[in-house]
Amino acid sequence: MTKFFQLVASGAALGAVYALVGLGFVVIYRATGVINLAQAGMVALGAFLVYNATATWDLPFWLAVLVSMGLGALLGIVLERLVLRRMVGRPVYAVILVTVGILLLIEPIVTTIWKNPASNIESPWGLEKVTIGDVNILQVDIATILLAAAVLGVFFAFFRYTKYGVAMRATAVDQEAALAQGINVRRIVALSWAIAGVVAVLAGTMLGAGAGPGTGLGIGITVISLKALPAVVLGGLDSPLGAVVGGAIIGILEVLTAGYQSDVLPFLPGGFAAVMPWVVMLIVLVVRPYGLFGTRDVRRV
Amino acid sequence: MARPSRRLVRNYSHDLRLIGTRRGQLFLVALLALYLWLPFQLDDFWASVLTLAGITAIGALGLNLLTGYTGQPSLGTAAFIGLGAFTASYCGRPEDYGGLGWSFPAYLAVAIVLGAGVGYLVGVPALRLRGNYLIIATLGLVFVAIYIWRSWEEVTGGNAGVPMPIDVEIFGLNFTNLEVFGETFGRNQGYFYLVWAVVALVALLCKNLVRSRPGRAFQAVRDRDVAAEVVGVSLFRTKVGAFVLSSAIATVGGVFYGIWIQYLVPDDSSLGLNLSISYLAIIIVGGVGTIYGPVIGALLIGAMPAIIDEFAGQLPFVSESATDPGISKPALQTLLYAILIIVFLVAEPNGLAGVWRRVRDYFATWPLAKRGS
Repeated sequence: MTKFFQLVASGAALGAVYALVGLGFVVIYRATGVINLAQAGMVALGAFLVYNATATWDLPFWLAVLVSMGLGALLGIVLERLVLRRMVGRPVYAVILVTVGILLLIEPIVTTIWKNPASNIESPWGLEKVTIGDVNILQVDIATILLAAAVLGVFFAFFRYTKYGVAMRATAVDQEAALAQGINVRRIVALSWAIAGVVAVLAGTMLGAGAGPGTGLGIGITVISLKALPAVVLGGLDSPLGAVVGGAIIGILEVLTAGYQSDVLPFLPGGFAAVMPWVVMLIVLVVRPYGLFGTRDVRRV
Repeated sequence: MARPSRRLVRNYSHDLRLIGTRRGQLFLVALLALYLWLPFQLDDFWASVLTLAGITAIGALGLNLLTGYTGQPSLGTAAFIGLGAFTASYCGRPEDYGGLGWSFPAYLAVAIVLGAGVGYLVGVPALRLRGNYLIIATLGLVFVAIYIWRSWEEVTGGNAGVPMPIDVEIFGLNFTNLEVFGETFGRNQGYFYLVWAVVALVALLCKNLVRSRPGRAFQAVRDRDVAAEVVGVSLFRTKVGAFVLSSAIATVGGVFYGIWIQYLVPDDSSLGLNLSISYLAIIIVGGVGTIYGPVIGALLIGAMPAIIDEFAGQLPFVSESATDPGISKPALQTLLYAILIIVFLVAEPNGLAGVWRRVRDYFATWPLAKRGS
């Protein structure tokens, strides 16, 4: 049983990472109806921004994260301003392809500037562990779970109680109607990108500091972040709560698969856990395509 | 009496012609002559580069049916390229290397069937909904495919890779060791003939498709899906059909790619996401929703990996290995593709085909063309 709880704890941390990345996908999807694949690249870039701030600029960890969050928000706004805004009125597939282009753009930039970093992001948690019963949990894993919970809480408060949050929900339902109510839709979309940038930096920080069973700081963060897509599909593409629940389910399933594959699925070759989220996603698309908390898009012809 | 413009369409059958104008026919004859003449002139390197461009043109034509004509972006091309290459390898490599030793037409047919089958299996769940689930599903397909290639050592050699079939013989001609009328060709030159003949066949298939009923259904779905459904086009069947067809064509491209590269090791750099995205770059740069666009795109940037590998070392800012200062060759290639995708989508969404149309119309209507229209 110890092994089981150990795996669940590690899986929950991975799930929290997926949730953080997934919230970025959801924010953009709600505001614009576009699956922003560049989010995964922004997470990787965010991780390297924090690394740069701590290792090169010698900032203390918390300040480095704050500065990077600012830079992340700026990056989101700049991307929206320079690229995405020019795509308004184009077919959705063209907009998605632009985000694919941005995803592709980030990889050579990151690998050329930072090469292979010598270490992970130096975080206050390091590799310290907490022992509960027989279960050892990395402190960074606990911090990741708390952070994801906190961000989800902020999201709820923001969408429910602030003017901009309500305006964002209105924009998500119907852009034209929102415009008619005097909402500045452009500003709302820019704000969504800024939020996505901030969340990406947070997710990147935790991945780069070694949360979950990832490999730490490297361009591989992109591949891990893309696995948040199965999580948001499971949760429902337009639901922040769905991103968190879906992330937790996928993260825990993935780590459990890695831990028990030799007992449960001995006929499958090793490494199945890494692709399991995608297999789960295909099943979800068959069984419950709008996910657990997603809005059904009903359209009669 | 004034002569009507050459391109003025006067009736429906006129609109459906395979080759629009007399000038187009002459152009095709010139292309045919060029095709026959080129291999005599090309050295091994350029023959190989142009062959690779032709191979990417095959996959790009397939992807264009799906993305350009049906409006469904896909990131799965790399998975189907891998499927084609490893099917060719397993069925076609000699029995000494653990293969089945089948002939070229046999393994090509098997690859087409497999490609269509996998396309159907992925397409059915991913295309049930409106919205772009296909791009997420195909993204997953790329990762799942690499996992399968790495694990299934019997077929793919796992991390060590496998050799591909050596002889490519069809209609009594062995294209990797070509001898016609007493003339012998090198491996690359002979293969050039085969690949570009297939490009022409696939282009003809696509052209005939888009000027007939299924192709019009594709475009209706792309342009206004609700309206398409109103006039009786089944969205689901049309999209799945487009994806199955495009997958089968990409798999054919994979078969030829495998034979071109001769030895394939499955990993993220050879069959990963970036390969899929490079195919998207090709159709975007060439021009989505045209037949010649993907071919132009493939000619210009499809062979970029081979060209960068050969020449980029001479640039001062390019480094030999990933750890040296400067940009590495794979990174440079990725960067160029990314910039091309973004710039073309933002500034010239119809690609080079769109540029060409504008130039042509400007001169055709001169001096009446309006600036900037």
